[in-house]
Amino acid sequence: MATPLLEMRGISKGFPGVIALDNVSLTIGRGEVVALCGENGAGKSTLMKILGGVHQPDAGEILIDGRPVKIHGVTDSMSHGIAFIHQELNVLGNLDVAANVFLGREPRNGFGLIDSKKIHADTAPFIQRLGLNISTRTRLDRLSIAQQQLVEIAKALSLNSKLIIMDEPTSSLTLTETNRLLELVCELSGQGVSIAYISHRLGEIDTCADRVVVLRDGKNAGELAHAEASHDRLVNLMVGREIKNFYVAPKGSKTPGYFKVRNASSSLHPGKKVSFDAARGEILGFAGLVGAGRSEMAKAISGLEDSPQQEIFLDGRLLAITRPRHAIDHGIYLAPENRRAEGLVVELTVRENVSLPSLEKFSRFGLINRRHERQIAAGQVAALKIKTPTTEARVLNLSGGNQQKVVLGKWLAMAPKVMILDEPTRGIDVGAKAEIYRLMRELADGGAVILMISSDMEEILNVSDRIAVMHEGEISGVLERADCREENVMQLAVGKTIPAAKPAFN
Amino acid sequence: MKKEIGIFALLVGLCAVTGFENPRFFSHENLINTANLIGLFGIFSIGVGLVIITGGIDLSIGSMIALNGMLLVLALTEWHWAWPVAVAFALAVPMLLGLGHGVLITRFKMQPFIVTLCGLLLYRGIARFIANDTTKGFGGAEGFKTLQNLANGNFLGLPMPFVILIVISVVMWVVLHRSIYGRYLFAIGRNEEATRFSGINTRWVVAGAYVLAGLLTGVSGILFAFYTNSVTPSTQGNSYELNGIAAAVLGGCSLRGGEGSIVGILIGTALLLVLQNLVNLLGIPSSLNYAVMGAVVLLGVLADQMFQARSARKAARQPK
Repeated sequence: MATPLLEMRGISKGFPGVIALDNVSLTIGRGEVVALCGENGAGKSTLMKILGGVHQPDAGEILIDGRPVKIHGVTDSMSHGIAFIHQELNVLGNLDVAANVFLGREPRNGFGLIDSKKIHADTAPFIQRLGLNISTRTRLDRLSIAQQQLVEIAKALSLNSKLIIMDEPTSSLTLTETNRLLELVCELSGQGVSIAYISHRLGEIDTCADRVVVLRDGKNAGELAHAEASHDRLVNLMVGREIKNFYVAPKGSKTPGYFKVRNASSSLHPGKKVSFDAARGEILGFAGLVGAGRSEMAKAISGLEDSPQQEIFLDGRLLAITRPRHAIDHGIYLAPENRRAEGLVVELTVRENVSLPSLEKFSRFGLINRRHERQIAAGQVAALKIKTPTTEARVLNLSGGNQQKVVLGKWLAMAPKVMILDEPTRGIDVGAKAEIYRLMRELADGGAVILMISSDMEEILNVSDRIAVMHEGEISGVLERADCREENVMQLAVGKTIPAAKPAFN
Repeated sequence: MKKEIGIFALLVGLCAVTGFENPRFFSHENLINTANLIGLFGIFSIGVGLVIITGGIDLSIGSMIALNGMLLVLALTEWHWAWPVAVAFALAVPMLLGLGHGVLITRFKMQPFIVTLCGLLLYRGIARFIANDTTKGFGGAEGFKTLQNLANGNFLGLPMPFVILIVISVVMWVVLHRSIYGRYLFAIGRNEEATRFSGINTRWVVAGAYVLAGLLTGVSGILFAFYTNSVTPSTQGNSYELNGIAAAVLGGCSLRGGEGSIVGILIGTALLLVLQNLVNLLGIPSSLNYAVMGAVVLLGVLADQMFQARSARKAARQPK
């Protein structure tokens, strides 16, 4: 058997608090297309980033053409013939195609200036080879995402790359663009270029991958040759870890149909709509793969996204929500995914953050009643057990878990009717997580609707009373408590239909 | 608060040194004159400070003062409007211009620097055009002696502009440090996105800061017109926006937004004017005026930066 192009053996990598990769191995042959699959957080991207020189492994070795190599940085990786095309493209929109392709290695002319003639002449054959019908003098911001991606591939080819890594390359492409890219992947592999392809989309893997490698919880879960790679077998490999059960059943009574959302949409998935019913007193979990459109849906409901055909009913009343203020006035609050950028003004104090959305309630003639404000903030600090020296401490200085509690505090001070939590425990330690789960349950038992978006499988399975699973901008099905199992969630998350799935609304 | 104390100490030190070198500094006449100037410059500096707290900038102040002064002169001496009407007009115009800036910045997502730079050019040009580029004076102030006294007179022995500055400062201190609106300004300056997510209409709050800056510039503009007693449209208020920005920054406003205080801006203004006074009184060539100002602002901000970096390091060393 010929030496494979790339061998990664026993790769391990830890980050503070998590083991991202544990003794993972990966082999890629010349001209082979290998798809990497796995749930959110399975370690696919980390493995590829090690190959691309972004991260250094804690243990393990990398062999290229049978020779061990060390990849200390991105330049090392490039010099070994590896090109990494990130999900967020690394192109400079203000420069033209040729300048992007030759960025950082511009040939000079006799005056020490960029030899512009040469870079255009040298770029042209590569973009022709990729079927890109544009001038090398086109600025990148004039191109579509798909075309920009092809420019990145052209750059990879011009560097004589033997292996191109693509991290979810089709996540922002249209269907035609996707098909074109998949054809290109096949062509490139025919020309002897190897491709490592991270994707959630099983259909695409089916079209172009020679082999599928599945990771689960940072370990090799198994691999399938093209012929064996059926939907069911893939999902079976992706799921199957042990999940501790810490589900707490609701104590309060539920009022089904209390909160209804119809036709919520977002710019991420134009043309797709989300409709669902949620009961008063329940925690409705929203599962799905990254990019399924869950956060965008939450923002649409909160009046933060343009969602023109959306109709929202609370307790039978149709609400007009086109701005964040409207949602807030009706008691619909969002604790956003990106806590520090969207949830908090971290340089302000705990008191100022807690009172920000409700200031008008305790002020007269536009002046803030500071005593009342302090009481409200102190009340939330006590109720949520926020660990802070005083309410006057800057949020900046609190731990992640306590920052999240401040976000919750600012909304709980205003008695939520519908509380939307987007990744409520991301980056939070175990103890604080348990407290946040308890708070969510108390809120639900107190008569609120809780919508919880989470990419943490254990969390989604254990905290939700029902789970709505989203796939590419739509709800692919809702699971009742009895059917809340990992394989069901994963099947729906990759867009399959299963008998256990119920419709999201009546 | 520490920032204000530091620059206040600098102000006191400068006054002491100047007074020691030239006792005329503490003469009644010099103090009154300096207080008058602090009043004139302080009022619009507060406006600039508000805009800077939102993370913006206003470069149009100087030209607005010229345009505003010119409109006032014309309204009083050529159009013969009643003085309260003329004053209302001279306040409404800069407020509307400020509203225009605010709308262009928040609705049309233009950069504050560009919008107000164009304002700087535009208003100066208009002021010169409507006056045929000639100096216009108030003459004998027939029919608006009351206004002249209000703008130029004394109250309890203090020059009116200084008294008006004190009143405005108190009001603006309440607005900035005690009202909902002020809280929103600071929140937006730090993190507009999170503020918007909290249901606050950030566009109107930001636009409001430009309107307030317009209003305060309008007040300054009227006072300046009476201070000079005539308006030369090509030079009136020239480069005052830079004085305002320098005063605000020296007083602790951060151009990144979200930081600043009324007290700081006042001390910053006073410091700049005492510096100019010092240049005159100590016999330093007045051609060095701007250079001294530039050097002091630079050193002041540098010292503050270093002080902050040091206290950040100290805080980092202490376990949480």
